[in-house]
Amino acid sequence: MTSLYEEVRGDQPGEVPVRRVSIRVNGVNRTADIEPRLLLAHFIRQGLRLTGTHVGCDTTNCGACTVLLDGKPAKSCTVLAVQADGHDVMTVEGMATASELDPIQEGFKDEHGLQCGFCTPGMMLSAKALLEENPNPTEDEIRWALSGNLCRCTGYQNIVKAVLWAAEKMRAQAGK
Amino acid sequence: MSLDEIKIGGMGASRRRVEDNRFIRGKGNYVDDVVLPGMLHMEILRSPLAHARIKSIDVSAAWAIPGVRLVLTGEMMAARNLAWMPTLSYDTQAVLATDKVRFQGQEVACVIADDPYIAKDGCEAIVVEYEPLKPIVNPMQALAPGAPLIRDDKENQKDNVVFDWQVGDKAATDKAFASADKVSKLELHYPRSHPSPIETCGSIADFDRSTSKLTVYMTTQAPHIIRAAVALVAELPEHMIRIISPDLGGGFGNKVPVYPGYVMSILASILLEKPVKWIEDKTGNLISTGFGRDVYLKGELALRKDGKILAVRMHTDSDHGAFFSDAQPSKFKIGLMHSAFACYDIPAAHLTARGVYTNKAPGGVAYRCSFRVTEAMFFQERMVQAAADDLGIDQAEFRRVNLVHDDDFPHRTAFGFLTDSGQYAKCLDIGLEAIGYKDFLKQKEEAKKRGRLLGIGISTMTEPLGAGNSREYDILGIKMFDSAELRVHMTGKAILRTGAKSQGQGHETTWAQIVAHELGIPADDIVVEEGDTDTAPFGMGTYASRSTPVAGAAVAMVSRKIRAKARKIAAHLLEVSEEDVEWELGRFYVRSAPTRGVTIQDCAFAAYTNMPDGLEPGLENVSYYDPPNLTWPFACYIATVEVDPQTGVWDVLKVVAVDDCGVRINPMIVEGQIMGGLTEAYAMASMQFITFDSEGNCVGSNYMDYLLPTAWETPGFELHEVVTPCPHHPIGAKGIGECATVGGPAAFVNAVMDAVKDTGVRNIDMPLLPDRVYEALTTKKDISGFPPVKTDA
Repeated sequence: MTSLYEEVRGDQPGEVPVRRVSIRVNGVNRTADIEPRLLLAHFIRQGLRLTGTHVGCDTTNCGACTVLLDGKPAKSCTVLAVQADGHDVMTVEGMATASELDPIQEGFKDEHGLQCGFCTPGMMLSAKALLEENPNPTEDEIRWALSGNLCRCTGYQNIVKAVLWAAEKMRAQAGK
Repeated sequence: MSLDEIKIGGMGASRRRVEDNRFIRGKGNYVDDVVLPGMLHMEILRSPLAHARIKSIDVSAAWAIPGVRLVLTGEMMAARNLAWMPTLSYDTQAVLATDKVRFQGQEVACVIADDPYIAKDGCEAIVVEYEPLKPIVNPMQALAPGAPLIRDDKENQKDNVVFDWQVGDKAATDKAFASADKVSKLELHYPRSHPSPIETCGSIADFDRSTSKLTVYMTTQAPHIIRAAVALVAELPEHMIRIISPDLGGGFGNKVPVYPGYVMSILASILLEKPVKWIEDKTGNLISTGFGRDVYLKGELALRKDGKILAVRMHTDSDHGAFFSDAQPSKFKIGLMHSAFACYDIPAAHLTARGVYTNKAPGGVAYRCSFRVTEAMFFQERMVQAAADDLGIDQAEFRRVNLVHDDDFPHRTAFGFLTDSGQYAKCLDIGLEAIGYKDFLKQKEEAKKRGRLLGIGISTMTEPLGAGNSREYDILGIKMFDSAELRVHMTGKAILRTGAKSQGQGHETTWAQIVAHELGIPADDIVVEEGDTDTAPFGMGTYASRSTPVAGAAVAMVSRKIRAKARKIAAHLLEVSEEDVEWELGRFYVRSAPTRGVTIQDCAFAAYTNMPDGLEPGLENVSYYDPPNLTWPFACYIATVEVDPQTGVWDVLKVVAVDDCGVRINPMIVEGQIMGGLTEAYAMASMQFITFDSEGNCVGSNYMDYLLPTAWETPGFELHEVVTPCPHHPIGAKGIGECATVGGPAAFVNAVMDAVKDTGVRNIDMPLLPDRVYEALTTKKDISGFPPVKTDA
């Protein structure tokens, strides 16, 4: 684990309560001893060094920290890591394989669905959860599904187009 | 045969963005993603009060927490002469408060610890005793006789006035008003607004005692200005300071100023000889970092009855918060407010401006605008609509009467700016056609009969982008030029560095397109780097839509220098004299034998392997570009709305944008900028509400209260294009990043005001929250003026 955890334990042996958690992240079991107050977002970012999950607002509003928790979008800044013990987490790093991007990732690039890129991982994961449930969403359904994720750069129009692009590609792939 | 420019990703190609390859994989590298060995973490303790004397600070309990490495207070900073720092507007700002706190959220102490959780624990353990003082939350209070003096730290400051400034011709303006058929007046408040990029501010300072080198990773839109400021404030030698601005999660002006957190992390790293990371939380960002706007505007238009505007008179009272830290050209105290009415042919104008201190966080950052032009253009377009209504002239027609004609360029505005190009009437016509203007007016009348309130709002404006020429534009005396450095490698691949700094604008993509246009090197063969002061040439950074007008011009100019040298090499390779060599995209050839030619890549190879006698080897150069003038894009934004008379809720029916930003380097990116800008315009007009109660508490200190539009609220946009090349820019481009944020708000507000016009209400201050609109509809009174927040006593 990182210095965050080692330093805590090294400085105060026995005094800080420590809990062992086991979380399946992007298909791999990750086990660590952590302070119970550690947020899932920090477990992912500082602990596992998966920095694609961003922290924007600390209050569950902006959605930059969105991950899929057992397949459902969850804002990892307001989930304790201990609450995710025994559960399945997908982050942006788990979307692409070594050789192939997720169609949502391709769609965001092709339709210029991002500018600064800070909201993008959370936005794409919310879109992924939507398309799992609804492979052929309308523009309104996309706008509603993404309304927990804030973007300050794009004005959303191209994000909507990106999701439509991905939905079409995924339907075409499924039809093959 | 010449290359196909679009195929090589040159000008005009909607080239997909290079930077996206890392962003879509979660591999961006933002400040908080950087981890250095042995790094410590800093948290800031902020004042809960807006105005109070500090009686005591007890940090003993913080020191007692295991893992706490350092606690800094104002006293400790003062011992090192670092309790105060200079601002970008020749004022001073407290780094850590010593005597008193002057706004809610001001930095009082900071704790450096092994991890951020412990640092937060440390902040909570600090006990501060305050003696509350009367807070001042608006200019009226600040200017009242007997008002408490906020800046009692400044020797010669006897009141709360920051500046008193004027521009224009008072005598000519007075004369025009005396002969006017009608005078139309309007007063309004452009409220505080926070740029609020999703990523907050932060820094990692890393001082290495063995080399005396200070490296700082920092969320900054202007790394070179920061390097200069650190050299001056911390008295460190400039060559031993390296500022690295990595990927930025949005900026919008919020990441231009120098913030106390940066300075504290630097001092902490020097004292502890370890890297110190500071990542601001959202509340810290919203309540303490640079706000935009907060200007009370009063204006009058002198009108002839046929609709001609004879003169304009404006007065502004601007609220700068506790420290005057506006990042703006030093010559202009209220930024470019006097660019108002630049698109109209008006003979005389006069502006008076007064800035005041209040107990609020420093204001005056250019939130997605070029130094106050957002306020200027909003007021302009609100006044234009009010004047058209006062005269009983159609608002589109009234604009047409007063817009500068295509054949009147160059045109000197009444305030002294020189506009150089545009097709204003054409843009307006395209906008009116797209929105279906005449049909909508009929529809509106029909709807009225059934009790429905429809409205249409127009906003036409040109704005000064791309500061700026060295005769008039500087920050702290540093002229506002910019730079580009291009190095072409042996195999014809290249690296380009500029003094700008992208925050989402896509420079890594577009700068390469300019090089491709000038040299014929495919854009994919060019890597672009920005933000590292050790490697990038000196530039003033990215804000005020200045990247394309200034740094982008430097990219074109440095490419031309490279081409000039390559021509000499080509002549050598072709064994002809230089005069006999012709250029087409990507290739030199012999004029008399066009099939005999060499590519730019051949020339690059020869620059390292086969250079002519007397010519320096290598193929690289640098350009510093001092623009001859600002660029003047034009825009026409039109919105239609329906207001629900029962609730005051208003819905956007349609939004049309016609932008003329000159030649478009990458149309896809330009359109992305316009849509993003329109969204912020809609946000400010409709919901971005962040203000202060009578105690100086910030109302809107987190995203629960400070509403930003989501995909659900944000309307769709229809974009149109007109191209009038900028006559002085090497590739004919003008700025675009901020046009829609600047011109957009008036379109939405004018539309709502048009819908409620029959009540006689002339103004509702932004944001047009439903309760304000409802109140206006039911009381038939303006909803505007000194701080409108309802919790005020």
